[in-house]
Amino acid sequence: MTGYLIAGGRVVDPSSGQDATADVLIVDGKVAEIGSISDAADAQVIDAKGLIVSPGFVDMHTHLREPGREDEETIASASAAAAAGGFTAVCAMPNTDPVADSASIVEKVWALGREVGLVQVVPAGALSKGQKGEKMADIGEMIQSPAKVRLFTDDGHGVQDSLFVRRTMEYLVAFDAIYAEHCEDAALAAGGQMHEGDRSMSLGLRGVPAAAEELMAARDIELARLTGCRLHLLHISTAGTVELVRKAKAEGLRVTAEATPHHFSITDSALENFDPNCKVNPPLRTDDDVRAVIEGLRDGTIDAIATDHAPHALEEKDQEFSYAPPGMVGLETALGLAITKLVEPGHLSIAEVVSRMSTQPAAILGLDQQGRLARGATANICVFDPAATWRVEPSSFRSLSRNTPFRGWELTGKVVHTFFEGRETSRDQVAELESA
Amino acid sequence: MHKHLLSMDQLSAEDITKILDTASSLRQMTSRPIKKLPTLRGRTVCNLFYEASTRTRISFELAAKRLSADVINFAADSKSSVAKGESFKDTAWTLEAMGVDAIVVRHGSSGAPEQLSRWVQASVLNAGDGAHEHPTQALLDLYSIREHFKDLEGVKVAIVGDIVHSRVARSNVKGLVTMGADVTLVGPPTLVPQQATGWGAEVSYSLDDVISDVDVCYLLRVQKERQAEQLFPSLREYAAIWGLDSKRVAKMKPDALVMHPGPMNRGVEIAADVSELPRSIILDQVANGLAIRMSLLYLMLGGPEAVSA
Ligand SMILES: [Zn+2]
Repeated sequence: MTGYLIAGGRVVDPSSGQDATADVLIVDGKVAEIGSISDAADAQVIDAKGLIVSPGFVDMHTHLREPGREDEETIASASAAAAAGGFTAVCAMPNTDPVADSASIVEKVWALGREVGLVQVVPAGALSKGQKGEKMADIGEMIQSPAKVRLFTDDGHGVQDSLFVRRTMEYLVAFDAIYAEHCEDAALAAGGQMHEGDRSMSLGLRGVPAAAEELMAARDIELARLTGCRLHLLHISTAGTVELVRKAKAEGLRVTAEATPHHFSITDSALENFDPNCKVNPPLRTDDDVRAVIEGLRDGTIDAIATDHAPHALEEKDQEFSYAPPGMVGLETALGLAITKLVEPGHLSIAEVVSRMSTQPAAILGLDQQGRLARGATANICVFDPAATWRVEPSSFRSLSRNTPFRGWELTGKVVHTFFEGRETSRDQVAELESA
Repeated sequence: MHKHLLSMDQLSAEDITKILDTASSLRQMTSRPIKKLPTLRGRTVCNLFYEASTRTRISFELAAKRLSADVINFAADSKSSVAKGESFKDTAWTLEAMGVDAIVVRHGSSGAPEQLSRWVQASVLNAGDGAHEHPTQALLDLYSIREHFKDLEGVKVAIVGDIVHSRVARSNVKGLVTMGADVTLVGPPTLVPQQATGWGAEVSYSLDDVISDVDVCYLLRVQKERQAEQLFPSLREYAAIWGLDSKRVAKMKPDALVMHPGPMNRGVEIAADVSELPRSIILDQVANGLAIRMSLLYLMLGGPEAVSA
């Protein structure tokens, strides 16, 4: 098999601490060599001068919508969008129709992902049957299926019944699997359209207080302490939650957390013209919260940047604000927002962004062929231009959905090539021409 | 004049003065035997109401007709969804295709008029959206207060009741503050948001503390469903602590006014006898509403600036 020689790029691999100019040779789906390579006669040469060569990104939080809403997204279209965004693995959230609460469904999602072959589709399992928070889903069977489920969540809403949480956490300990929570107290958040604060009050939209997230995060941390279960907090969005995670980690609890690009990029001020594309759950918060999320990403309190990619049909978003469903697509803007909002202002280094987008989520999910760039490892690689600027044009997304608040934004940081298992799954022609 | 009227945020003190002055001259004209003006002949105004509100709709309808406009009334389903019935956007496009010049919209969802204004060429007038705004109500209230005190600057206004859920309160605070009035919001903390101080208003939890000092006591309707949401223990208790009864009226300045946007809950926010006192100008508010809505349609659709713009 003919391989690729990625020549002259800056190889950044936080898993080994490497950050230096080097060539990377891909042969037979594996990284054959990293270093100064002169002998690669039959390999296709990719000029990576001025580009970053990193392990492919791993998204811990993706809504692929299949099965159930194939008009909004499919495993194939989400995989293409992921590849375009530099991802080589995505964790498929279980809130599909039917819900991924049994071995047969997670296995089907996993198999479809393999068939498409653009990224590793890693199914998450539901915690409860039908995500109703009442009866435990087939947790052990999902773990033992070919999908090898490792992360369980009722994402879409928080689990309200604390006893159910305790029992599920206790059960998950047997498998060293992860309890992942969408932190939201349903009673406090009921009817909420946006973050509760000055802006919600002035817009006359019912708010979701920060406390709705923080109460559940605090409860789950205490139950993780009680049970010894691994806990992952999904899309944390408030300064208070960041502080809870920081404290839990300092106490040595096995708690991890993720934050989305939109929660470190924009605030509730984006809702001032009632654009339903800015409606998301958890809601966009305040400047102080954005600062806290960025600080959490910087100091390692927040382990991972995860997209919460949530495609919605145009007719569903093009409704009155209060009727529109929450969520926004994110796979194809994640790197650009991370470079523009984290690296350019000097909050995180490129290596730290790669660590939050690849190394650490791969480690949490236990994906040993992701998140590292070592000789002999599977060639899951992203090549990106950290200086290229581009304009977000949703009509060119590979995703079937267009619901983004970042339309028209000028972003810095562009994915040029993505390799999954040694095959090139995405190539940006424009960026390639410009860098040539 | 602005193309749309979505929020009182859009209006400067000069804009508001112009709208009130125009309403004033139109009021004089319509008190003549022939009440109709030809200004909007050939123009079409659509009342698009997703919430039933007979009084606001009739007021707009009459205002448009007095200016010789054609009027269409479109009462839509209160709950729009893709599954059942026509979507809000499809309705907007349908009206657009019919060539209406202005859409007066009442909607239960905050922001719906602003969304509508992005979809159509017609002028959009917000006739009340969710808990967001009700600018024409605020303008008619400003008109009514100015009529009595000649100037809005320095007038002390207490707005009493359910501020959190009230579009009338939001629009009134913005308009009053813009015009230099002193506004105090009064009610229990479950109904008066802490954030209101950021709107340039004072907050008080005691009507007794403020009643003797105000020029206007503006009472908001207290919906019975708020009691079910546990925002206060009972309507009886609400009336006793925050209701305006004759004992509290006796403490008011002699020339102070009582106002209410209607419809009233007599015996809750306002005692029945209070609503009938001469200082209560609730019916003037209704009459002034017609003049304000004529003024807005005139300025936005038919005035000399609208023609030249
Ligand atoms: Zn979620």
